[in-house]
Amino acid sequence: MDSATSDPALRPTARTPLSSTADNGLKIVIVGGFGVGKTTMVRSVSDIRPLNTEETMTRAGETIDDLSRVRDKTSTTVAFDFGRITLNERTILYLFGAPGQERFWFLWDRLFSGTLGAVVLVDTRRLADSWYAIDRLEHHGTPFIVARNDFGGPAHSAEEVREALDLSDDVPLVECDARSRNSSKFVLISLVEHLRGLAEAREGIR
Amino acid sequence: MSPPRNENPDRLYTVTGGRSRSTSDAFDLVTLVVSECEPTAGMQSEHAAILRLCRYPTAVVEIAADLGMPVGIVKILLGDLLDTGRITARHPQTARRSAQLPDTSILEQVLVGLRNL
Repeated sequence: MDSATSDPALRPTARTPLSSTADNGLKIVIVGGFGVGKTTMVRSVSDIRPLNTEETMTRAGETIDDLSRVRDKTSTTVAFDFGRITLNERTILYLFGAPGQERFWFLWDRLFSGTLGAVVLVDTRRLADSWYAIDRLEHHGTPFIVARNDFGGPAHSAEEVREALDLSDDVPLVECDARSRNSSKFVLISLVEHLRGLAEAREGIR
Repeated sequence: MSPPRNENPDRLYTVTGGRSRSTSDAFDLVTLVVSECEPTAGMQSEHAAILRLCRYPTAVVEIAADLGMPVGIVKILLGDLLDTGRITARHPQTARRSAQLPDTSILEQVLVGLRNL
């Protein structure tokens, strides 16, 4: 790993490969406004240095039909960061840092499909940056929790944050420091416990 | 947002032989790809690069990052290799239909794994 450099061409050799038994990739998406700490959180818990990749899509949310249209303004390239955590010999969890800005709406459905759930990372100084993300998640039916990244600003009560985000009572709100591995791990555990609660409730209804 | 890298449209057009849509949605971002053979002489360089990368299971999104190509293009290249039996694909076992939650046994596994970090 010490040989890792910033040269992308050297990345493949700098990363520990997965076990040959790995056969189930899972996804969690971390969403939030610019500069809220998405990549920091991915980096804190990832087994690998976060990687970056791109998807080229049209406004209609489809991959491009005709590459000549790449030049067309109706298609856009979106970059996103991701990391991974090996959970056991078969199961690998991928964490995606997704841009929360409205102009990337066409990326969302693609990323969300098949995800376990999402973490909405918020900066209490800029709560409005999260409205759109929360709206999209609710619309898509993707379960999520809200994690308040501590930027050392004035303290807001949980009630104030809930009210500002118009958050329903059943959505967990947790505090975190995205720079801390333990804190970021706690956020992911909180999300998965929430998902388990939802799944158990659903199985109970059946 | 990073600036675009190797995605000169003309180059991508060449890499995929003019195709731009994979034949099916066979690959998720986290589908794990495994090579079933070594690269051979004369093989398209991107195909050869994928076969080298995937000696151990490698997610579609990691292949895209390593090749510096958009995910959509990589899926087309993977489709070629899958159709000719040069790779196998291990698909996510939780693929949710609509808004269905994964079953609790998978979530338990995830919790155990996260707590052991």
